[in-house]
Amino acid sequence: MRVNFTVNGRKQEADDVWEGESLLYVLRERMGLPGSKNACEQGECGSCTVRLDGVPVCACLVAAGQAEGREVVTVEGLADFAKQREEGCATGACGSGGTSLQAARQWSARPSDRVADSQTGEGQELAPIQQAFIDAGAVQCGFCTPGLLVAADELLERNAEPSDADIREALSGNLCRCTGYEKILDAVRLAAAPQDRQGSGV
Amino acid sequence: MGVTGTPTSINQGSKTKGGIGESTLRPDGTLKVTGEFAYSSDMWHEDMLWGHTLRSTTAHAEIRSIDTSEALAMPGVYAVLTYDDLPTEVKNYGLEIQDTPVLAHGKVRHHGEPVAIVAADHPETARRAAAKIKIDYVELPVITDEASATAPDALLVHENRDDHHIGHVPHPNIVHRQPIIRGNADDAARRADVIVRGEYVFGMQDQAFLGPESGLAVPGEDGGVDLYVATQWLHSDLRQIAPVLGLPGEKVRMTLSGVGGAFGGREDLSMQIHACLLALRTGKPVKMVYNRFESFFGHVHRHPAKLWYEHGATRDGKLTHLKCRIVLDGGAYASASPAVVGNASSLSVGPYVVEDVDIEALALYTNNPPCGAMRGFGAVQACFAYEAQMDKLAAKLDMDPVEFRRINAMEQGTLLPTGQPCDSPAPVAELLRRVKAMPLPPEQQWLAAGEQADVRALPGGLSNTTHGEGVVRGVGYAVGIKNVGFSEGFDDYSTARVRMEVINGEPVATVHTAMAEVGQGGVTVHAQIARTELGVAQVTIRPADTQVGSAGSTSASRQTYVTGGAVKNTCENVREKVLETGRAKFGSYHPAWTTAELLLEDGKVVTDGGEVLADLADVLEGEAVDLELEWRHRPTEAFDPRTGQGNGHVQYSFAAHRAVVEVDTELGLVKVIELACAQDVGKALNPLSVAGQIQGGTTQGLGVAVMEEIIVDPKTAKVRNPSFTDYLIPTILDTPTIPVDVLELADDHAPYGLRGVGEAPTLSSTPAVLAAIRDATGLELNRTPVRPEHLTGT
Repeated sequence: MRVNFTVNGRKQEADDVWEGESLLYVLRERMGLPGSKNACEQGECGSCTVRLDGVPVCACLVAAGQAEGREVVTVEGLADFAKQREEGCATGACGSGGTSLQAARQWSARPSDRVADSQTGEGQELAPIQQAFIDAGAVQCGFCTPGLLVAADELLERNAEPSDADIREALSGNLCRCTGYEKILDAVRLAAAPQDRQGSGV
Repeated sequence: MGVTGTPTSINQGSKTKGGIGESTLRPDGTLKVTGEFAYSSDMWHEDMLWGHTLRSTTAHAEIRSIDTSEALAMPGVYAVLTYDDLPTEVKNYGLEIQDTPVLAHGKVRHHGEPVAIVAADHPETARRAAAKIKIDYVELPVITDEASATAPDALLVHENRDDHHIGHVPHPNIVHRQPIIRGNADDAARRADVIVRGEYVFGMQDQAFLGPESGLAVPGEDGGVDLYVATQWLHSDLRQIAPVLGLPGEKVRMTLSGVGGAFGGREDLSMQIHACLLALRTGKPVKMVYNRFESFFGHVHRHPAKLWYEHGATRDGKLTHLKCRIVLDGGAYASASPAVVGNASSLSVGPYVVEDVDIEALALYTNNPPCGAMRGFGAVQACFAYEAQMDKLAAKLDMDPVEFRRINAMEQGTLLPTGQPCDSPAPVAELLRRVKAMPLPPEQQWLAAGEQADVRALPGGLSNTTHGEGVVRGVGYAVGIKNVGFSEGFDDYSTARVRMEVINGEPVATVHTAMAEVGQGGVTVHAQIARTELGVAQVTIRPADTQVGSAGSTSASRQTYVTGGAVKNTCENVREKVLETGRAKFGSYHPAWTTAELLLEDGKVVTDGGEVLADLADVLEGEAVDLELEWRHRPTEAFDPRTGQGNGHVQYSFAAHRAVVEVDTELGLVKVIELACAQDVGKALNPLSVAGQIQGGTTQGLGVAVMEEIIVDPKTAKVRNPSFTDYLIPTILDTPTIPVDVLELADDHAPYGLRGVGEAPTLSSTPAVLAAIRDATGLELNRTPVRPEHLTGT
């Protein structure tokens, strides 16, 4: 079957989709967007969390056909999504932005002469929550990170000043095996802090 | 070449000095938060096939026949391979003992053993084809524990063993046995005023790394293969893969893909040989990605154990002796069992002074799932038991449990039961003092908060099962000792290649090792070391591959020590070459070139007095200094097979925990409120990463205290809960605040004085939580994990 949907602000068309394929499979294997991770395929770990019409879902539990005509935001589009929200047109409704399929397919071909300073994220625009994850040391192996970022960004969208208990509840569907979650809490607190209170984050 | 997701070099600059001791950020951080970082499951090739493994549905059976014809006939299927298709005489592999069949031959020995592999153009086609393979099994009785393994009529899990342990084990269903005898435990027992005995059970824990086993094998034009994979040790994989394929090592080109955690679970091979076999057979790239269900069968687990302990103590609280027997279930294949036995036995006494010991540890062959490496590696199970014993002794002597431990704590100079002196700081008592001194979280917050009480902070949490009624608090302490590095005479070396050159007027260091970055932050530390030693800001970290010498395993808390040591050593040699070049060019202009201690700092050659002699750009000009060198730590010795004596270990790592729990005694629900840790790390090369290691290790210890266990049916040896629905790991709601207190007492034998940090916190976390639950409930609780029925007696 053919599935038409919007991914990170761009209209996409997936052909020859087998009816049993999940949204996650189509994103990863057909759209060239492997940022969303497959760690359990049962909706237990949250590694594949994406926004579907704004709602955080486990992409592994959404049949690809269910995405027909709907809007999907993945970690690859999170920075643009957050930027547009900042500029007042969230959920990608402003149309531009997003990661093009071509660009997404080229994601491995990061030119090695480009001295992107990964200390600061300089040279690449990141959503506040992405920068906070780097600064707070919330990333180790990073496999849970894309799903956590999408979930945490959604939390901060609806609750700008979450309590620790709020953060824990919102992220309770996202498993992390490396960090013990302390630095993830730090990252969300950091991203939630008003800009003028943000220090180096360390 | 059509492959997307191949790793590229990572460049990292730094606006600070960015050297050791600073919390510099991960060089792969930006890639990881944008989704650009390519894990092994993200590899993609335009005409790749998907591999799938057919695994045994039974734990112990003869295979009468395998019929693959229907599977092969399915459209979209390119290959179906069984044992008969293996290309060479080498059909087994293994870390130490080559006892593991690439594909089952005539027999399966555990539930989920690979029997056949399929390549097809869609993963679902491969799965369906595998389901059409017909296997005629004849069930055999299962061996599931020590009694059934050593019964007079027991079947042998492996007939015709010829490994080097068979000569000293009491039964062929015992992989390895290590006694440790020192002093005379029987005589010493007579001095004891109190004696406590306990039988302890440690459940089977899974590493549960989040990125399942996966990789891509691409056949090469030269008949070789390029393998992109997530592993802990590329060269160990290579040594096991190449002979099975019948290829020389240089034709199996391995590159580390992004690794989604490891924790020991990637020490053994999983899909590596299978993907290569399918790729070489079909002439097409083959991707294999396990799902979570398969992942539970795709790697070894932590050995479940039964431990019998007897300690004695005098009235004034001095330990008199230890007798213990530790039986580890190694499952169907040896994996790392022999080394786990070595650790369990040599660390069974814990960080305490006990001069008279009678210790025995062994690992069984059974038909249970194979067990091997997991964070803590044999020391975890022992720590659970000896710490329970310490609390029992303290209670019997009416002493404070921390005070009792302090009285018996080992220190620098203490002889371990192996006779090896501990020749670096061992601040066991100090670590306990520190966790005890931390302020306790307020009690019964739900009462103090009144209307504002947050039910989410109570046992049962979001399930809203209590508002405080039936909830009691407990506090528990534990401390542990873990060896760092590979022990028992293993040649535990690493290799680092470092290149220094001037690019666009700026000096740049390029570091190339085969170290598996599994999330621990080795790449961060390598960049810090290069900056410290070479005085550069810009560092390029090349992808880990087999084009450079072995780095050894990302295991045993060893990589910062050993590959960090190798990077430091190569940098020092590169620096010497740079200085030689500088002396040749400029030595005649300034006497300091030959008389002063010279350093590289901020892109310049400086004297130790701070005088600038030259810019590195002027010294090097168009030249590059490029060296690849091996580095090894102090050698160790094997343990004597009868007495266990020997200088077997390189270094020790110590951590202590205090756990505070609240238990809903009516429902048997535990909420860990706080899990404070103090650890000696020698030198924190990156304090942020050190805290992350401690908190992560602590949480894995918490998991096996209250929820994590692979349940194996004792009648069938089949795994009952291979999913994240049924095998629970801690969520952010289950995990408490983890305050960390880091002590830095240098080990003079180690680079920068550092101590491996990754594993020690996994040891003491579990017994601290258990001690706290015992304190809250008054129950004995001799097994872990604790389940609600153990607390309610229902």
